[in-house]
Amino acid sequence: MPTRVLIPSGVLGLGFDPDALARGIEVGPDIIAIDGGSTDSGPFYLGTGTSKYSRAVCRDEWRQLLEARAAAGVPLVIGSCGTCGTASAVDWMFEITAELATELGQTLRVARLYSDVPIDELRRARDAGRLSPLDPAPPIDDAALAGMTNIVALTGAEQIQAAIDTGADVVLAGRTTDTATIAALPLARGMHAGAAWHGAKIAECGAFCTTRPASGVVMVSFDETGFTVTPMGDGVRCTPQSVAAHMLYENSDPWILHEPGGHLDVTSASYVKAADDGVRVEGAAWMTAPDYRVKLEGARLAGYQTMMLAVIRDPRYVDAVSDWADRLLTHCRELIAASLGLSDDAYDIELRLIGVDSALGGLERHRGSPVEVGVMLLITAASQAAASEIAALINPHLLHYPLTDDEPMPTFAFPMSPVHSDRGAVYEFALNHVLGLNDPMDGFRLRVDEVGHG
Amino acid sequence: MAELRHVVRRIRSKNAGPFWITIDIFCDSTDVLARVTAALPVERVAGHLQLDASHLKRFEIPTLNVLKFSFPRPHPQGSLRDRDMHGAQVALLLELLEV
Repeated sequence: MPTRVLIPSGVLGLGFDPDALARGIEVGPDIIAIDGGSTDSGPFYLGTGTSKYSRAVCRDEWRQLLEARAAAGVPLVIGSCGTCGTASAVDWMFEITAELATELGQTLRVARLYSDVPIDELRRARDAGRLSPLDPAPPIDDAALAGMTNIVALTGAEQIQAAIDTGADVVLAGRTTDTATIAALPLARGMHAGAAWHGAKIAECGAFCTTRPASGVVMVSFDETGFTVTPMGDGVRCTPQSVAAHMLYENSDPWILHEPGGHLDVTSASYVKAADDGVRVEGAAWMTAPDYRVKLEGARLAGYQTMMLAVIRDPRYVDAVSDWADRLLTHCRELIAASLGLSDDAYDIELRLIGVDSALGGLERHRGSPVEVGVMLLITAASQAAASEIAALINPHLLHYPLTDDEPMPTFAFPMSPVHSDRGAVYEFALNHVLGLNDPMDGFRLRVDEVGHG
Repeated sequence: MAELRHVVRRIRSKNAGPFWITIDIFCDSTDVLARVTAALPVERVAGHLQLDASHLKRFEIPTLNVLKFSFPRPHPQGSLRDRDMHGAQVALLLELLEV
């Protein structure tokens, strides 16, 4: 008996074709699995333990998935809840699930799988030699650890299986590898291990492996020798090329994918056309590692930021904008030292010239002749008050600073009032490490509740 | 000689986690792949991206007619000095290389 996993889309909040979802339910999945996040949205979400996506949109899509789950009578699993997968984000999804269960008149057994790692635990693991750096790894000395606001371990198939084994209708998992929610059930049922991970990687972004990524929904059928991926959208096709190419996506190595407990090797995989515009894949291998290790993600407070944006339109200034910017920065640093008593290392200022090289910086090869240049100033300091104060000091100079000392003061375009925006706390990714565990459930917590009413 | 963007089907770049960027160059035929592969040794691409050549991984994937490069980000994704959070503009730099 194959194990069929229905994947509605690449991530909750991105949208899917409801007709394709209905078709998937008709086919009869054994489980519905969807991703709820990734690091790709940046460090802010892990830093704050919040979701990037709109609550209303997530709630609307989750309602459709809860209804589909009820129709199919199978578990619904979401990994990396609320973008970052912290406990706060898992609880955010739990709150949405409880509200919807009541609205829909469903009684649901909900398992929450938490994957947060307390800083003290991380320090102990480091001191015990259980923390190994990946390349490149940020420092993990005590000072670096102290600035971290949230740390999560990426759950693998074993932890998701434990959550499913509670008999839950709905599993809300903390940070999870892109693949583990899809691979967990096929692995538990003894399907081919290489195929389970490979099929999970191919389907982790939903219909990204098809000719029409926006259609969202795909079904993967796993068995003892391989897997078959089939699009559920009308007129959508999987081709051997579209399926194989997804192994490249967001993956630094096209043949190898590291997971908790081992790695996937697809060097010998073959891809052939199958029925219903699907593709049949065999030949991937799962290599079990001697040690069970999970990857960690952490976010560190980088400071508090204020942004200013001015626009330079005067052609004489546009032509000399880089020199002007250097002069302005030097002038402002002198003023900050004199007026605020702050040394250069007590704050950070960066000036990016939009229209010149703001996206690529020093790598930019193409020098055009922009009509105007946006001057984006980013000020980062130890407190919001300090960043705002520095911005207030710079404000008149950003408006009027001349190219030379002996010329009338220019006035540039401020596109809004106030011209500064306080951005609050900003964060940086601070871990690229793996943590060795004696047992896959070490540090992970499961909690099961019943919500709604029947 | 022609610019890479006129020779291949598509070039994309994207984060591969917060600490890496990966570039996929999709060719339409084995001939194009052979031409691109010959023209883009590690040293040339590393120089263009201002990277130490030992940090640039290169993969030839003949079954997909793809040449792939991966390298550690100069600044982690979303950190103070990072200018392109998703790493997608790096592909535009390669598009202009003559092959």
